[in-house]
This record gives sequence, structure tokens and C-alpha cells, in this order.
Amino acid sequence: MSTISGAEALIKALEAEDVDVAFGVPGGAILPLYDPLLDSSIRHVLARHEQGAGHMAEGYAWATGRVGVCIATSGPGATNLVTPLADALMDSVPIVAITGQVPTWAVGNDAFQEAYTTGITMPATKHNYFVTNPDDLPDVVHEAFHIAATGRPGPVLIDVPKDILNAQMTWHSAATELDLPGYRPTVDGHPRRVKEAVELMANARRPVLYVGGGVIKAGGSEALLELANRTGIPVTTTLMGRGCFPDSHPLAMGMPGMHGTYTAITAIQKSDLLIAVGVRFDDRVTGDPTKFAPSAQVVHVDVDPAEIGKVRTPEVPIVGDARRVLEQLVEAWGSRQQPDRTDWIEQIRTWQREHPLSYDQQPDGPIKQQYVVEEIHRITGGDAIVVAGVGQHQMWTSQFWKFDDPRKWINSGGLGTMGFAVPAAIGAAVGKPDELVYAIDGDGCFQMTSQELITAAEEGIPVKIAVMNNSVYGMVTQWQRLFYNERYSASQLGSKVDYVMLAEAMGCAGIRATTPDEVAPAIERSLAIDDRPVVVEFVVDPEEMVFPMIPSGGSNDEVIVAPGKTVVAP
Amino acid sequence: MYRTLSVFVEDRPGVLARVASLLARRGFNIRSLAVGPSHEEGMSKMTIVVEAPELEQVKKQLHKLVNVVKITELEPDRSLEREIMLVRVSAPPGRRSEVLEIADIFKATPVDVGHSSMCLQVAGDPGKINDFLELLRPFGVVDLAKSGRIALARELKGKESKLRAVN
Ligand SMILES: Cc1ncc(C[n+]2csc(CCOP(=O)(O)OP(=O)(O)O)c2C)c(N)n1
Repeated sequence: MSTISGAEALIKALEAEDVDVAFGVPGGAILPLYDPLLDSSIRHVLARHEQGAGHMAEGYAWATGRVGVCIATSGPGATNLVTPLADALMDSVPIVAITGQVPTWAVGNDAFQEAYTTGITMPATKHNYFVTNPDDLPDVVHEAFHIAATGRPGPVLIDVPKDILNAQMTWHSAATELDLPGYRPTVDGHPRRVKEAVELMANARRPVLYVGGGVIKAGGSEALLELANRTGIPVTTTLMGRGCFPDSHPLAMGMPGMHGTYTAITAIQKSDLLIAVGVRFDDRVTGDPTKFAPSAQVVHVDVDPAEIGKVRTPEVPIVGDARRVLEQLVEAWGSRQQPDRTDWIEQIRTWQREHPLSYDQQPDGPIKQQYVVEEIHRITGGDAIVVAGVGQHQMWTSQFWKFDDPRKWINSGGLGTMGFAVPAAIGAAVGKPDELVYAIDGDGCFQMTSQELITAAEEGIPVKIAVMNNSVYGMVTQWQRLFYNERYSASQLGSKVDYVMLAEAMGCAGIRATTPDEVAPAIERSLAIDDRPVVVEFVVDPEEMVFPMIPSGGSNDEVIVAPGKTVVAP
Repeated sequence: MYRTLSVFVEDRPGVLARVASLLARRGFNIRSLAVGPSHEEGMSKMTIVVEAPELEQVKKQLHKLVNVVKITELEPDRSLEREIMLVRVSAPPGRRSEVLEIADIFKATPVDVGHSSMCLQVAGDPGKINDFLELLRPFGVVDLAKSGRIALARELKGKESKLRAVN
């Protein structure tokens, strides 16, 4: 029987998982894998930094719902992947990372470019593998993809020593039966719990559906829409869940939490029933958890049992896939009448009227970021995948973009990784080549990973990147203004960078808008260019702050809705 | 407060490190840890005694480890706990019989006798082993090694019983 190398087997195993693209950077220990990659159907996108490769894999996974793949060499290649792995773990993004390792005989000897990759990444992955036998490769790869994509999705890493990549093995497909006795994610919700939840929903007078990223991951948007329509329960979508319920729907209240809408925050505070689906009661949502939704009973649906009761003990815990449980809830609701909740809905309308999201764009004043977000939305008709970095611009994008579909919003929620936007946008554009991908990035974030635009230019990936140039770490200055006596320590970025030149130097088109009336034409020009990536620099107001705001750890009953204006919940 | 966890895991490289690292992340001190084969092929049983105010969240986190199959928290009055100890006490010829007398009460056996010291082996309930050790201290404890604690749930009596014989 003819044999193939471990590297060839690894490629075959990836092909067997229908991998169409991998993002990576080569190096000594992984070179054996890069050779057969040339003959494979898998497209390789050469990132300029492994962190970029990791975020590209994440962006790909966010946009497509499929497992993203990244490749790095041993040592520094692998350590550069740690941030995207941790990011993917926090945000439940399914990716598989393959890293080269020094040869088995050198492992543990401080060999050149050796790092203890599986040790370093153990707490940053859902699971990881150190392969010591080439015969194991087909099963390991199959298991890795299964673990990454199922249950609560997450990152899985496979570390393969160079001699294992070079060793010969007899190809065999992965076993059809996975041997994972300790890994059996629950899919269906317990029917009795589902009934209990529906009883509560039928009797609640001020219910709120508090839904997040889990709904998107499970593909549960349709079921959610159906449930909201049948029950008439208003919906708030977390930062991770934006788009899983249409913002244009009359029951949509926008985002909850630290920079959420006054209505979503206050509706939760006043609710008597929270139906929490695919959310984890993150501290950015709850503020002080002891003061969060004080009079609400809680139904908590999550595929990860460790999330249930972690922060808030629910009256009705339901472990299961968000989509499946939402369908079960719809089924159990059946054709019940909606109870009369006119007062509640009226109350919500009043809050929406009294405290809408707002900003003040003066025609001859500096450009406001909120205005740029709204203009991009208007000009693209909202028909784009939007990617954000971390900071003020991220919050404004989440607040002011109207999301109507799932998988159109990509950001780093749990880890808050600056530098995420540019590579994640590239990954999304590779995964969804027919869709417009528009990143809205801060200047600080952009400076962390902007070199990946070289990747985009060389590979012909037509992303658009709006750089919100306020010359500061805006979110940092906001906190310094509010909580550190306006002492701006280490938050000024200066003004030496010419983003147009920088873009052009990397093979992209560069556009600049400095006044409000230049905003729309700049966006239109960016859309007209389709042979290169485009960077649009918007010179924006450095003084603007994100509101509403609940200071970290504060009570959600006290919302700062505008500078110096706090509204205490009635 | 000390709590005892019985963790049923796949016998795979790294599984001990994964379990230990989860406990370390929460700052929980591992008081004792014993790992060995279990009643099932390819599976190991870990018995962990850990100092922690509560373990609910840690148990759930441990469950998330792909190689962890089952976790049980063992309550002292509903489980059997055993340790083994090897202890070397200073025992010049004139004091040997005294030491052996105490050893006899605790069913400890001398396993190595030298000129000036003696090594005793004792197995059993952790409390009993501690009592034994306290009685030996006045003689001068020169060296000591204890196994980690191992534990199994007791069979519940009467109607409560959920255990079934495995054939
Ligand atoms: C890798 C990383 N380092 C530091 C931080 C802390 N941090 C959060 S927001 C922020 C400033 C972001 O600045 P910018 O990209 O200009 O966005 P803006 O807030 O101005 O919109 C910083 C430094 C972080 N989130 N991630």
C-alpha cells in the first residue's frame, strides 16, 4: 500500500472537512505542510502577522458560520496566535488553528523556535491536540472540526511536530464514529422546562427577550422572530447578538448594557420576566449584578450549562441549542392569545420617545462618528457586513447601524481586542466574496493591524475600511475625562500619520473627509472603487463621548444619557 | 472548606494539567490529588481534595473539558475515603517496642527497620492516619510520604439506592 506524509494527510483531512481557505504565515516547523498545500484545492491567504491570520479565520467564521482555519509555525508563530484564540474562545467563534512544532526529539529542549504551544494555549482554546503519531491525524482533524463547530463553538488548536509532518503514514479516512465520551452537547431543551417557560411568558406583564450571540451561532433568528411575533414580547439584542432580531421590527429595543439604549436598559430593570437566550449576563450588560433586573424572574437558555446560574440563578434553566429551544418555545406557545400588555408596550414607546439615541452634527462643526455610521448605512442601503474594532467607534456602530439580518455584524465583544477589525474584515470578505464588507475602525485600533491591508491588496480582497481619526484612544480619553479628572495619560496618538499615503503605500486607495459635507462623497467614492481595498479617513471630533453610559460596576437604574444628565429609573 | 471531587476522565496526555489548571485559575488550593486507572478500560479516576468555598461553577467548567466524562462531589458521610502513609520515625533500639506498640493499635506495619529509625506503613481513613502521626511525633518523625486521598461513594441504603451492580 502506498504511503503519504503526515503533511499530505493533514491537507487531505482538511479537504475532507470541506476547508476552502486557510489564513497563515509559514516558517521552519510548518514548511512540510506548506509544500503539499500548493497542490491542494485549499486557497491560502498569506497574512502579514499571525494575529492577522487568526482574526481573518474568525472573520470568516463570523460571516459564514463555517469553521475558519489558520496556520502558523512553531514558537513566535504560535504565540502570535494566542490573542485571536482567546478572542475566539470569549466570543464562541469556531476556528481551527494548526501550528508547526519542533521535531518530537527536540520538544522540551529549548530548541530553536520552540514554545510549549499546547500549554500556552490550553486556557485560550476549547480544546487542543499535540500530535505524536501521523496515523492519528485524520481522526484528530475530524474531532477538532467537530468540537470547534458544535455545542458552544470555539477555537481548537492542533500542534504538529515537524517530524510527524514528514513521517510516512497509510492514509485512512477519519473514523465515522467520534470517540468523545466526555463531549456530548445537549441540543433539545427539556420539555418540562420549556412548558414552564411558556407558562411564565403567558403570565408575565412586563416580559423582555434578552438575546445574544448564541442565537446567531445556532441559526435561531427565524425562530426568535416567530416567538417574538407570537408572544408580542419586546426584544433587546446584545453587542454579540446585534442582527439576530431586526432593528426595524416594532418590538426591537436595541442594545442593553453599558452603552445600550435607555429603553433596553430600563425595560430590563422594570421587567418581571427576562427570557435570556444565548447570552451570558456579561458584566458589560448587567452592571452591578445584584441590582440587575431586580424584579424579574429569569428563563435562561444556553447550550453551555456553565453559563446557567453563573451570574444569575434562573427560575427556569434550559440547557440546549438556542435555535432548537426557540422552536420548542414557539411550538409550546402554539396559538395562545397574547395577553394584554398594552401598558408595557406603551411604556416602552414612551421611553423610546423621551430618550432616543442622539447626537448633534453641526453642518460647519467637526464630523461626528455617529453621522459617519449613519451615512454609510444610508448610502449602502444597510446592505453590508459591518466590522468594528474596539472603542467608541465600536459602540457608535453598534448603536447607530440598523441591523436587520444575522451575520452582518462582526466585532470583538468579550475580549475587546483592538486590531480586530482590519483582519476580521478581510476574513469576512474571503468568506463572502459577493458581499460588501465595510469595517469601521478607530485610528488606535487601525494602527495595531493595518499592515494586513497589504494582504488584502496582494490577494485582491476588496474591503473598505473607514478609519475614524480622532487622534486619541477615544474610549480611554472618555474614561479619563469622566473618572480621572481629565488627566489624559498615554491616550494621545498625535497627528503625524497620513492615512491616505499609508493606504496608498500598501496598494490600497486612500480617501479623506475632513468636513461633514465631505462625508457622503467620500463614502460614495469608496464604493465606486472595486479594484483595490479602500481606506477612508474621517477626521472626527475627539471630544465626542459615547452615551448613554453606565459607569463600570454601577447600577443599571442610573443611566447617564448625556453629559451631566443622569436619568434614574422611575 | 475542603471538598472532595471524584473526576472520571479519559486517560489522555494532558488531562491532569487541564483539570489542575482550571482549579488553579480560580486560586483554589489543591490539598491532595490522586490519579489512577478506573473500572473502565482507557479511563482514569482522579480524586481531588480542594480548598474552596463552593465548587458549582468549577464543576461546570470541568465538565466543559472535552476529556472529562463525569464529576461527582463526594460528601464525607456518604463516601469512603482512604489514604496510605509511609512514615520514618527515629527509633533507637531502646524505644522500638514502644513505637511498635502504637503501630499495632493502628494496624501499621514496619516495612524497614534500621539502626536508629524505622519505617511504618499505614493505610486507612485519613483521620485515623492523622491520629497515628500525632502519636508518633514525640519520637521524632524523620520523613514522611502520603498518597493522595482516594474515595468512592458509599452504596445508599434501602430505597435511596441508585447503584446497580456492573456485570
Ligand atoms: C489590544 C488592546 N489593548 C488595549 C486596549 C484598551 N483599549 C480599549 S479601547 C482603547 C482605545 C481605542 O482607540 P481607537 O481605536 O482610536 O478607538 P476610539 O475609542 O477612539 O473609537 C484602548 C486602548 C484594548 N481594548 N485592546
